[in-house]
Amino acid sequence: MPIGEPRAVASSGKRGSLLDDQVWRWATFAPALLFMLGLSVLPLVNLVATSFHQVSWVGASAVWQPVGTAHYEALPNDPLFRAGLLNTVIFAVSAVGGQMVLGFALALLCSRIRGGRIFYRTIFILPILIPGIVIGAIWKLMLNFDFGLVNKIVSLFGLMPHDWLGSPATALFSVIIVDIWHWTPFCFLLFLAGLESLPQDVYEAAQIDGANRWQELRYVTVPLMVPTIVVTFAFRLVLAFKVFDEVYLLTGGGPGTSTEVISFTLYQRFFTEDRVGYGSAMGVAVIFLVSLLLVVALNTRRKREGMA
Amino acid sequence: MRRMHLSRLMGHAVLVIAALVVLFPVVWVVAAGFRTPISLLMGEFAFSPVLMNFAEVLFSKTSDFLLNYRNSLLVGITSTALCLLIGTTAAWSLYRMRWHPWVLHSFLGWTIIFHMIPPIALAGAWYTMARSVGLDNTFTGLILAHTTLNLPMAIWLMGVFVRDVPQELIEAARIDGASTPVLLGRIVVPIIRPGLAATGVLTFVFSWNEFAVALNLTMKQTATVPVAIAKFAQDYEIQYTQMAASAALSIVPALVLLVIGQRFIVSGLTKGAIK
Repeated sequence: MPIGEPRAVASSGKRGSLLDDQVWRWATFAPALLFMLGLSVLPLVNLVATSFHQVSWVGASAVWQPVGTAHYEALPNDPLFRAGLLNTVIFAVSAVGGQMVLGFALALLCSRIRGGRIFYRTIFILPILIPGIVIGAIWKLMLNFDFGLVNKIVSLFGLMPHDWLGSPATALFSVIIVDIWHWTPFCFLLFLAGLESLPQDVYEAAQIDGANRWQELRYVTVPLMVPTIVVTFAFRLVLAFKVFDEVYLLTGGGPGTSTEVISFTLYQRFFTEDRVGYGSAMGVAVIFLVSLLLVVALNTRRKREGMA
Repeated sequence: MRRMHLSRLMGHAVLVIAALVVLFPVVWVVAAGFRTPISLLMGEFAFSPVLMNFAEVLFSKTSDFLLNYRNSLLVGITSTALCLLIGTTAAWSLYRMRWHPWVLHSFLGWTIIFHMIPPIALAGAWYTMARSVGLDNTFTGLILAHTTLNLPMAIWLMGVFVRDVPQELIEAARIDGASTPVLLGRIVVPIIRPGLAATGVLTFVFSWNEFAVALNLTMKQTATVPVAIAKFAQDYEIQYTQMAASAALSIVPALVLLVIGQRFIVSGLTKGAIK
């Protein structure tokens, strides 16, 4: 996520252009500001306000009943909320970890060969462009107990077919594998672009110093790739925490609470059960946890930079 | 020399296998769209393709898929146009005009926090707000929501391209007396056209794919393609072959964009991360 310093436009010598700049500076920024204020800040304020109320609908108008912090107090005792948080962390860490390692290995391979890069890149873009819900549909077919391809392959090896999505032991694991399938190509693309932009002279120097392949990777490639790795990791982790579509289609949070992720819990409490007040409190709690994560991440980075 | 050759061959072998693993499930599902339900259940590898699933999905009286398709196109194109317009002007203002660092950092900081929030948490608030002003189950509501969701990415990406516009060109235009709209329209937009293409393609795809918000802000008449596909999977008796057919139809726009705009997609996905 690029945040750069602004490069100020040098004002020309013309009279009146300073005023012109003032006007257009605001005019070009105002729409975006209005959008973010009206559709992200205001809804958030609304969400916080709702979280202290019991809301019921009478036609198009909502009836608000203040309940204080009751919703927040109920949160820690909500088994679905706890399962959702835990599963989201397990899901995000293992899925993103798997994608990063696989994507890096494949990108490394691809950067070392000359031909066919465009071919591989084109194929690897495909999963990124497919709707999450279709990814779910694809794997619902692939993992189907009766006629899914995965069970066919399993029985080729003489093993018993398994209900991958239907048994609590393998449901979350299966969803993680699907996510790794979905996003490894994305990591691959970012890593490949990063590898391609590395300076070549460092490698020549390493070769002159007699570094072998492994040393080259360990002491040249990986350190140079750290910025790309960090950005990819952060980007993927954020998306993994928001996972909803695949879970909605593949398992619906089940069996039991084995694939309950936090976005799905929110959906169930707010929309399915129509508990607007309680759902809002949960939403606020999730947003708070997410911002906390960001603050901690930024702080550790600042501390590291301060030490270096 | 021989060893080099061998390792290169090994590399290709691994990458081809990976490509097959990526490609095969997609092909498998598209193929399932051409099967009869019985053929799918029997699991035979060889089958004679039929068009009944596509006919059913597209033209049956009980199916709204064509309507869903139109809705998705409408929402996708409109929100993409809005994102490009608002995102580009905002990127211009933030990165090339003089703002107090405080304004810049708090705005961009907020877009990052906003980007981290699960959309489903906001969908609730959006729903409550839309409902109280009568915008629930309308295209306007969903278009505004999708524009807001994709605006941060549009601003970051366009920011990368806007910062690359040579300062000399801008100053030259200023000296010639170009006002800001003329400067943007005549000088800046032609230069950042690749950026607009990359951002446009990604924004459209993200809107086309978006499910969680569309699920909750739409009804039968305004439902988008992902919402329709999810319905197939939720029926008591899942219509697997029809689900496969509609899934196949839903990835057509992405395939078209992939064929005509591969380099834009790659530059869009990677530029923001590398720079």
